[in-house]
Amino acid sequence: MIRRLCAVWHARNLEFLRDRGSLLFTLVLPLSIIIGIGIIFGGPPRPLFTVGVLGGPAALAHNRFAHTRYVRFLPISSRQAGLREVRHDHIALLLAPGPPLHFWVNTRSPKGYIVEKLLRAADRSAVRLPVSGRQIRYIDWLFPGILAMNMMFSCLFGVGYVVLRYRQSGFLKRLHATPLTAFEFLSAQVLSRLGIILLITTVLYTVVGAMIHFHDAGNLALLLLIAALGALAMIALGLTVAARLASEELVNGLLNLLTWPMVMLSGAWFSLAGAPRWLRWIADALPLTQLLHAARAVMLYGAGLGAIAPNLIYLAVVTLVFLGIGAASFKWRI
Amino acid sequence: MSVPILEVRDLVKRYAAITAVNGLSFRVPPGMCFGLLGPNGAGKTTTMEIMEGILAPSSGTVSYRGEPLGERFREEAGILFQATALQHFLTVRQSLALFRGLYTRGRDIDELLHLCSLEALAERDNRKLSGGQRQRLLLAIALVNDPAVLFLDEPTTGLDPQARRNFWELVGAVKEQGKTIILTTHYMDEAEILCDEIAIVDHGRIVAEGEPRRLLREHFAAVLLELPRAAFPPAARTLPLQFLETQERVEITTDDLDATLRTLIGAGVPLASLRMRPPNLEDLFLELTGHELRA
Repeated sequence: MIRRLCAVWHARNLEFLRDRGSLLFTLVLPLSIIIGIGIIFGGPPRPLFTVGVLGGPAALAHNRFAHTRYVRFLPISSRQAGLREVRHDHIALLLAPGPPLHFWVNTRSPKGYIVEKLLRAADRSAVRLPVSGRQIRYIDWLFPGILAMNMMFSCLFGVGYVVLRYRQSGFLKRLHATPLTAFEFLSAQVLSRLGIILLITTVLYTVVGAMIHFHDAGNLALLLLIAALGALAMIALGLTVAARLASEELVNGLLNLLTWPMVMLSGAWFSLAGAPRWLRWIADALPLTQLLHAARAVMLYGAGLGAIAPNLIYLAVVTLVFLGIGAASFKWRI
Repeated sequence: MSVPILEVRDLVKRYAAITAVNGLSFRVPPGMCFGLLGPNGAGKTTTMEIMEGILAPSSGTVSYRGEPLGERFREEAGILFQATALQHFLTVRQSLALFRGLYTRGRDIDELLHLCSLEALAERDNRKLSGGQRQRLLLAIALVNDPAVLFLDEPTTGLDPQARRNFWELVGAVKEQGKTIILTTHYMDEAEILCDEIAIVDHGRIVAEGEPRRLLREHFAAVLLELPRAAFPPAARTLPLQFLETQERVEITTDDLDATLRTLIGAGVPLASLRMRPPNLEDLFLELTGHELRA
């Protein structure tokens, strides 16, 4: 038994070690994630709470609260923008330097509760103002992110792996012997996955939305357009990855390399407000970030087409670029 | 020769240091079953794939009805690869419908099911077919566009004898419809039954080409004598005979049977297990390539 086990073990090791692409990604992927997380979350002890200050932190310099350790003070340009961040729970408080100092707090936020206690200890005269409009719960803020991430995984892995399986099994080679063109084949894959993902997302949106009592502030047709463009961008990305490759492990590595940064940086789980500018530039380049910006703007604030047009244009461009690359580099056989 | 439906000219395919196809040229007239025979690695499948338009040659040309392979060829060619995977979770009928949808014209699916004896299997998952049933489905797929030229790359490899004969009957029926067939095979009996003309390929070159009977006449003047190898003593190897040794037997080619028998008796070779038969394509293949046939 041991001899047989060793024979299979040895052969599998050789297979793995000789598949250089997979080996590389087995090393590169975790290394990239660790380095990425290190860059984002590393460095000196980080502030625990973020407080927005109208007019910038300098306007608060004479207040004792400004010297509280582990609280970061962010400049906020307008009350409207600040209140939105409070409703989102992206900042614990919004301050309008006085005297007397006024502040807005999200009464549903645990962070808001703690930071209000710290503020009152430092400045008893601070005046609390109500946050007008609908309070946005964390689950409301998270809901578009979960839907978008599901779309991303389904599109990238669903399309990438299927094309890879077709190529590995020789089915693509058989199709190549017919009048079918690469563009027709890829278009069929795109449309099939698009239809499936829109149907699934609609069901999830309806069922989960009802379960969490989600109130959609926007236009559903616009939301469908965002979902369609977002899905198309992800599918195009998946097709580009699978356009030429024949190694399952390499494709898996590449898809993970694409999905991990999007999960971490798109703002699906947490806001990148306050992150270094270069990191936000990278985040903004990710299709999931654009999809989420547009989806949240419509779902949470009822934004119209004009407000999200840049996001939609970006997604459309990404789709065309990656579909072009995918079709041009497409390989029918191993 | 009539105007060829397919013409291969000076075909060369190189892979790094290996030349898989080395200057192949031949013409296939319409309605003919043309066999490409050769040992493993001879370049048959590479030649087929270039002819099918799915592999680019390093040099040389393939023309269909006098034109380079193009859209018309793809519409009018039917192909059965050595190993073809199908899309999962589709029935036999759905698999046919998928491929039927890829061509502008073609045959009715029920007609194909009948032609390839698949009616009873029409609603079965294509993953649940036996080897023979699967080959019949792949043949039906190759015929789905009512092709003018049909490529069959080792179509019966791995099938049991009954399934092979059944498949030959189907190919025979297709041939009767006037289709041109290009066949590669390891089985010489298959080539003898199906092919009107053959080309024997070795090391990427054609070593013989023509009608099987004519080739046999040209290369074998008379009969073949077969002896088990054990019955052929080492001393007999020095006799003035034309013979070929395989792992199990010794084959002696002669056009003077009496003289050969006298020589063997004189050398003390036991003739109890001697067999005499006319030469066949396998003998020709071994004569020309010196290779054992390997499935």
